Parts: sequence; C-alpha cells; structure tokens
Amino acid sequence: MIAQSFQYEAPGTLAEAISMLHKYGEEAKVLSGGHSLIPMMKLRFANPECLIDINGIPGLAHIKEEGGVIKIGALTREAEIEHSDLLKKHFPIFADVTKLIADPQVRNRGTIGGNLAHGDAANDHPAVMLALNATIIATGSDGERSIPIDEFFHGFYMTELQFGEILTEIQIPVPPAGTGSAYHKLERKVGDYATAGVAIQLTLDSKGVCTAAGIGLTNVNPVPLRASRSEKALIGKPITDETIAEAAKYASEDCSPSADLRGSEEYKRAMVAVLVKRMIHKAVERISK
Amino acid sequence: MEITVTVNGEQHTQDVEPRMLLVHFIRENLNLTGTHIGCDTTSCGACTILLDGKSVKSCTILAVQANGKSVRTIESVAGADGHLHPLQEGFKENHGLHCGFCTPGMIMRSIELLENNPNPTEEEIRWGISGNLCRCTGYNNIVKAIEYASAKNRGVEPASTEPQFV
Repeated sequence: MIAQSFQYEAPGTLAEAISMLHKYGEEAKVLSGGHSLIPMMKLRFANPECLIDINGIPGLAHIKEEGGVIKIGALTREAEIEHSDLLKKHFPIFADVTKLIADPQVRNRGTIGGNLAHGDAANDHPAVMLALNATIIATGSDGERSIPIDEFFHGFYMTELQFGEILTEIQIPVPPAGTGSAYHKLERKVGDYATAGVAIQLTLDSKGVCTAAGIGLTNVNPVPLRASRSEKALIGKPITDETIAEAAKYASEDCSPSADLRGSEEYKRAMVAVLVKRMIHKAVERISK
Repeated sequence: MEITVTVNGEQHTQDVEPRMLLVHFIRENLNLTGTHIGCDTTSCGACTILLDGKSVKSCTILAVQANGKSVRTIESVAGADGHLHPLQEGFKENHGLHCGFCTPGMIMRSIELLENNPNPTEEEIRWGISGNLCRCTGYNNIVKAIEYASAKNRGVEPASTEPQFV
C-alpha cells in the first residue's frame, strides 16, 4: 500500500520545524516514530500534504532526572524506555508497559511523544501518564507551555496541542518512598490494542495507609480515563480486600467501553475490575520489596 | 527527493518520491529481493532489516527517512565466499524453516537480539521474535535455531539438532 503524495521536510532544529508547521498550516503532520501515522497514510485514513520529520532534531531524546522530576524527551524510543535504568529505579510500570507495546521492531522506532500526541485512548502510555501525574511540555513559536495530563486528551485523535505546537517533553514527579506502580493490558495476541488496560501508582505510609493513588484506564473510554472515584476510594485508607473491591467496582462503572471484536461492553467492564484488583496487588507487592 | 543510503556497505544515491517505502526502495530500486513483503501492515516482520544496526520493519519507514543512514539486509549476512552465518547455519541444521518466507526477517531480527543479549533464555527468544510471524513451523525449531547460533557465537557446542516433534 502506498500513501498519497506529500511533501517531505526534515528540519534540523525545533525552531525550523515550528516555522514549517506555520508555513504549511493544518495540512502538515509531524512525523516522529511514524508507526501510527505511516500505517494510517498507507490506508489513506490520513492524507497530510506535508510531513515534517522531527527525527533529525537534536535534544529531543533523553531520559534524565532534574530537581525531583524525571524528564523524558518526546523522541525517546520505546526500546530506550524499556531498558532505562533510571526509569526502572523509580517506575517499574515502564517495564510493564513497554513490553506490551507492539513488538521489538516497532519499539525500536515508536516514540513516547508520538504515542501521546496521537491522542488515541487505545495507546498504552496515556493511562500510565495519568497514573503517574505527568506534565506534557509543548513547544510553539512563543516558547514552552506546560500542560497537566488531565487537560491533555480532548477526544479521539484530539489533544490540547495547538496548531504550530510540538510535544517536546514529558515530565513526571519522582514519587516518594513507599510508592509502587504496575500496568497490564489484556490483549488477544502480541501487539494488539488492549481489550482493557489498567495503570496504577500507589503510595503507602509506614502504617500501610494509602496517601496517594493514580489510576489510568486504556481503551475502555473515548478518551484515556482517570478512574477518579477509584483513587478516592483508596486514599486515606489501608489497602484491604474491601477497599480494593470498591476501587475495582468504581473503575468498571465509570469507564465507557464499546463492544467490538475484543469483547462486549459487559466483558470489558468485568476485565477492568479484575485488572484494577491485580494491579493494586502488584503495586503493593512492589512497595514491600 | 535525492537520497543517499548505504546498503550492505555500498552507497546508493537515487531520486525517490517521498511516499516510497523503504522496503520498495530495497526490493525494486536496488533489486535486493531477499527482504520480503508479507502483511504490509507492520505485523508480520518479513520485511525486517537493520537500520543503523536496529531491527525495524521496512514497510513502515519511508525511503527518505533512511537518507544518510546505513541499511543491512539478508543479502549481507553470509560471507563473501558463501560461508553461512551462525544464524543461517542454525536455521538449516534445526529445520527452522518450511516455506522460508519469514526467514530473512527472522534472521535480521535475531542478529540484533543476539547482539543485545548473547545468551538469551527460551522465553527471551520468544519475546524477542514476537514481531515476526511464521505460519509453518510453530516456532519451536526457530527458537532452537537461534539457540544454536547463540551457542556457536559464544564458542559453545550447540545442542543436538535432531528435529523436535512436540
């Protein structure tokens, strides 16, 4: 399959890329890893007149810790996230999620920035970023702008990114001691989109009382969903079978999955409940280690 | 757009349309037909090549994105004298192929797998080739072929190559 004709630009700097976005207007698309965009172009679901390839721009692929914040450059490949010692140290959830994103070849190309900027609730990083309370950094002609993750996803393929802006960095607060995280998605085969996916980060104090909880859901809602009622059901309480059951129940009630080849609405809600329970157990287990 | 790509050590400069896929550039413009097109939808891995040493699916990369980069295909794997690479030998000895359509992709993927992890467990091999589909073998002998190459690379005697019927 071959895409419609388009013009290809490979700017060498971010400023150049942003000015090209302004020059070509809404007909331009940013090309990062390309593993969502190129398939869509081949199927002619997307027909941009111009592709602005940002892969050659230096300074956009990094994983570093600065002032209690982990900063991940938008062009960081999934494979680099999978093997990063810094991320492994603070966030076991990244090893969970990257292993479930497509396959090794795709992870050599796909980027975390592209995964988020695509604005697809079926992608895996959005739920993880909700659980980790990330901040998205967008760069435009007026400089950088911070977008809290809860304000980032607007709808199917729609995000808070404005015309002329490029997602350049993801910032995640380093969690306090006593924090554990976990992600799992139910998938029919390697590389499939989630039937349902759940990302969780929990912090417990020395008495085992939950002081912070982040829960994000994959592919069971038109936009990536924060399970707010589930989080509230855990915060301020010890993690018991009762609080876990309550959090699981709320998540399965508050999502809005649609029936498709992966299962009925009822089945997906049931799987959300199962995964919330399992991921809470896994996150707590990781804290005690 | 004019691009220069080093393929199997040889530089090629050609004028291509931006929409040309890297796999078409390799197969049609350079006539290197060892890289196969299977699904054309980033699923099967038959088109796997090495781009600057990383295994990637060349049906999902534009030829213009390879400008200034180095590509390695299955044609470069055997020695100039026809001497087989340990992976090729492993696939031959272990009956790691039936129809052979997936084999070039399997081998290109396995080259990077063994570079990153010279002594992988069976589970690591199975995850490592999870982006490559084989519709004939059921994978057991492919896994054995990769184990064979891993042993050979490390100077260890490979396990028996008797076919496994599971």
